[in-house]
Amino acid sequence: MVISRRTTLSLRTIALVYLTLLLLLPVAVVFWRTFEHGFGTAWSFMTTPAAVSALWLTILLALIAVPLNTIFGVGAAMVLVRGKAPRAGKAILDSLIDLPFVVSPVIIGLALILVYGQGGWFGDVFTNHGIRIIYAVPGMAIATVFVSLPFVVREVVPVLREVGDEQEQAAATLGASSWQTFWRVTLPTIRWGVAYGVVLTTARALGEIGAVLVVSSNVAGSTLTLPLLIFQRDEQVGGQVSTSVYAAATELAVLSIVVLLLMTMFGSRTKEAR
Amino acid sequence: MLYMSVFVLVPLAAVVAKSVSSGLGTLWDSIDNTLAIRAIVITMTASLIVAAIGAIMGTLVAWVLVRDQFRGKRVINALIDLPFALPTIVAGLTLIALYGPGSPVGIHLAYTRAAVIVALLFVTLPFVVRSVQPVLLELDQEVEEAAASLGASNLTTFRRVILPVLKPAIFSGAALAFARSIGEFGSLALIAGKVQIASIVIYADIESGSEQSAAALSVVLMLVALIVLLILRWIGARVGH
Repeated sequence: MVISRRTTLSLRTIALVYLTLLLLLPVAVVFWRTFEHGFGTAWSFMTTPAAVSALWLTILLALIAVPLNTIFGVGAAMVLVRGKAPRAGKAILDSLIDLPFVVSPVIIGLALILVYGQGGWFGDVFTNHGIRIIYAVPGMAIATVFVSLPFVVREVVPVLREVGDEQEQAAATLGASSWQTFWRVTLPTIRWGVAYGVVLTTARALGEIGAVLVVSSNVAGSTLTLPLLIFQRDEQVGGQVSTSVYAAATELAVLSIVVLLLMTMFGSRTKEAR
Repeated sequence: MLYMSVFVLVPLAAVVAKSVSSGLGTLWDSIDNTLAIRAIVITMTASLIVAAIGAIMGTLVAWVLVRDQFRGKRVINALIDLPFALPTIVAGLTLIALYGPGSPVGIHLAYTRAAVIVALLFVTLPFVVRSVQPVLLELDQEVEEAAASLGASNLTTFRRVILPVLKPAIFSGAALAFARSIGEFGSLALIAGKVQIASIVIYADIESGSEQSAAALSVVLMLVALIVLLILRWIGARVGH
């Protein structure tokens, strides 16, 4: 099919204009707004005690959710692809894993309040032992785990299917225990899939707002993550978005651009490996 | 399974239980007010519009990324993932910065339905592009050449030869975009203003302490979303054959 130069160019123009208006320009304007009153002003908003503690809490939540979901993700993927469970059981697990993607984050937050909050199903058990889950960091951690749960599973399952189990069987015939086979044969072959899943999990954990907002007490300096800080600062200035808001957004955007770079790197590796 | 139960299943069960905790009648009463129904209608309409625009523009972008050659294509290709990497609240903020009050380009969309659509298009951009792209890459160009040599115009070739192969990928990408749009909160929290999007209404309900009506709206929203997704999947399966 020979496509005329004119058609090619007009399609290219439409695509690029669309992407510029939707993605590039808005992001560029945020950076520009952040530094429009000078670098010092923006920096002072990024280094207030509230902002610093928000940055650390954001990172802490990611550090809790990512390892947990990585271990669960690889395990669940192994069960789904290699496990001997009946097909119906696997199909149910398979669709349940996607729930966090289809349920609104706000509903996830509400769900956690109803279970772990005061008067919730298990809430009183924890309250009686003096442990606060909802409106405190543990609840925010659970919310983060919930929303970022499916990524590793979804990345690892296709890779496991693709590579097949011949090498694993070979290892088993040579006398390797199933644990050895997993560490020495399976894990090395799926490592790029796992890595890409980890990057996606991290991106989601760093940026989550809906679920975390509902279960946080939103106190600056203790239960604010960077996304929540942006939300709160925006409310304080009554929608008249100011440098304080843009500065926090830029800080978070820089974190996530690092994640995007990793994403591109691991993403192309997984495709090559397939 | 235990891990799933602690983090996912038990909490969701609690929402369903809460919504019917004072009997099915109360569930219906909480839904049967204009605000809740409006919220669901607005959310569904917006999500369907986003899925439709996303399907068309996403396919177009994927086509350009696969078939066209130009400088900087790799950078553009990497940028497609930006909405997945960028926290949604920042995504909403970027759109306010450009199209909100004090807009440098003089367009004021913020706090309108149009803004909601634009924000949703932003966060769901990668779905269709990333599901169509690999299919286009694998597509055998010889079939297209055969069609062309038999006298088919480009448009006919696209409609009769290429599009049928792409349809399942377009549909599954659009369905993902739709599902994401229904529940989206972060990117809309700042930009939606008075537009009554379901997730924002639910959040307001929780904040004001009416967990019962929040749970009721949640359950209905999840049910309607499930039904629409099943219909989309059914249409997708039919056009795939």
